[in-house]
Amino acid sequence: MFATDNIFKTICLICAGLVGLLMIGFFVQLALSSVGAWKEFGLSFLWSSEWDPVDEKFGALPSIIGTLLTTFIALVIALPLSFVSAFYLVDLPGAIGKILSQALDLLATIPSIIYGMWGLFILAPVMQTHVQPFMVDTLRLGKVPIVGRFLGEDYNGFGFFTAGLILALMILPYICAIMRDIFAMTPPMLRESAYGVGCTKWETAKDIVVRYGIRGLLGGVFIGLGRALGETMAVLFVIGNMTQMPSALFDSGTTIAATLANNFPEAAGIQQSVLFALGLILLIMSFGIQVFAQWYLNSTSAKRGEER
Amino acid sequence: MVFKLHKRETRRGTLTQKQMNSQFNQTEHQAKRRPLRFRKWKDKLVRLFSIFSITLAVGGMAWILFTVISNGLSVIDFKFLTQPSKPYGIPDNGIANALIGTLLITLGAAALSVPPAIAGGIYLSEFGKYSKVGHFIRFSANVMMGIPSVIVGLFVYIILVIPTGSFSGFAGSVALAIIMFPLVMRTTEDMLAMVPYTLRESALALGMTRARTTLCIVARAAKNGLLTGILLGLARVSGETAPLLFTALFSDSWPTEFFSQPTANMPVLITEYATNSPFEEMHAAGWGAALIITLVVLLINIFTRIMFRTRHAK
Repeated sequence: MFATDNIFKTICLICAGLVGLLMIGFFVQLALSSVGAWKEFGLSFLWSSEWDPVDEKFGALPSIIGTLLTTFIALVIALPLSFVSAFYLVDLPGAIGKILSQALDLLATIPSIIYGMWGLFILAPVMQTHVQPFMVDTLRLGKVPIVGRFLGEDYNGFGFFTAGLILALMILPYICAIMRDIFAMTPPMLRESAYGVGCTKWETAKDIVVRYGIRGLLGGVFIGLGRALGETMAVLFVIGNMTQMPSALFDSGTTIAATLANNFPEAAGIQQSVLFALGLILLIMSFGIQVFAQWYLNSTSAKRGEER
Repeated sequence: MVFKLHKRETRRGTLTQKQMNSQFNQTEHQAKRRPLRFRKWKDKLVRLFSIFSITLAVGGMAWILFTVISNGLSVIDFKFLTQPSKPYGIPDNGIANALIGTLLITLGAAALSVPPAIAGGIYLSEFGKYSKVGHFIRFSANVMMGIPSVIVGLFVYIILVIPTGSFSGFAGSVALAIIMFPLVMRTTEDMLAMVPYTLRESALALGMTRARTTLCIVARAAKNGLLTGILLGLARVSGETAPLLFTALFSDSWPTEFFSQPTANMPVLITEYATNSPFEEMHAAGWGAALIITLVVLLINIFTRIMFRTRHAK
């Protein structure tokens, strides 16, 4: 080995190691900066729903629930849509499939602020004047016992439901792209055998391809989940930004990311520390999800290596 | 799946011939009439649903693009692009300072992140491909790519804005660089891994050192790929808003004090105009800025796709 080689390799290693360093840095810095909040409120910060900047009483629960709720809505909408579109996109003949796939990939690259602006000026008014009146007044969903309880009868176009819709549109291309890869990865032999014994396309998809690529699919779902969890701008514009416990889907509310972006400019002292604590919670949540996602995706690529 | 089939087969193997016949006849009757039609209907329904969902996704994108273009196009003129932004009511409002600010911040992010990212990618692809350290770093890079950008904003706020006591364009650059770093590193690794191994062996056989082989042969062979990675990274961060809210913030002045003062930039300008201003005029200016950002991001993406495809075709 030459000396230059060793130096070169060490430099490269240091640069690569920066990633790990940064990740540890995130945790350490956020933890250090949020010490004040944890000292003041203790662990009950996690399940306290108070949010009173004047009295300096803060709780994380409304933001956490809001984050989970919007993410859940987004996943419920985006998951079936992206699954079926991915399956048929893979098999679409030639140019059409390619163009549609490319279009979906481009959808993933539009900055979130554009989604937010569109949501604020176009989608929220449409929701207010057409969709929500239709759901509540025409279909009378608000009067249906259980569904009505969840939807709520008051609407103004903003809130969890609208935010969930936008998030669904945002994460759909991500999940769809990963699912497309997984479907394309299934050995053609398996699929052709399924067709050979008389399975329809849908049966092949749900009985053969899903079982073969379940880990990869889960990885894709987790990637989408992670994106929806930390999305800031698109949610901030349409969620209404009320720090209160959500009682219905049409309610205004907040998520962790939206709370951060909304309150940070005027925050000082203990409130700033509270916001850092919220950031730490969000970091832990998305870190866990990413680790899961990568673990699943990694295990599929290992499997693919075996098959070859 | 495989296991299930296997089980069923062994079970069938233990049945007597008579039982098998009766069972076979039963299933034959059932399979012939109702279920097949039912199954085909189901298949058609799902196919309809998939067409619907693809239309929904692509239609949503078309709707967003249409809104941005129709609202933004009418605002953009020479004055809009050359005048700095001004508070409401003052004529000749423009976005030139935000344009330059975004350019500075993004290029600054590229300057900060690209060299170490490429070096990191070289390590992953050339030295640590199968090592434990390599796996760990690759894993953390993947995880880093999914960390919400708002967290990155908070982090840079803690390490740069609090100590220096002021928001600055440079802090924004650092935030975007942190987002870009793992992205560029992973694409670099993938692109280098695509270079055929014989190329490396030939260079090494000629007596080149490992470092020289990597820099002069492998990196050069993957030049377009590396460029693609950098461009995609740039496209990704040029629309990032959340971290800039915590770092660069906004100002109506030209970005002269890049290192010590809040610096104007497009995403925060859009946020300010869209949410904190009740005036139609400001909304229109926001749409104009949104159109420019969208166009830049989409063009970079389409350009890299075309470039990459022609390279593949060769």
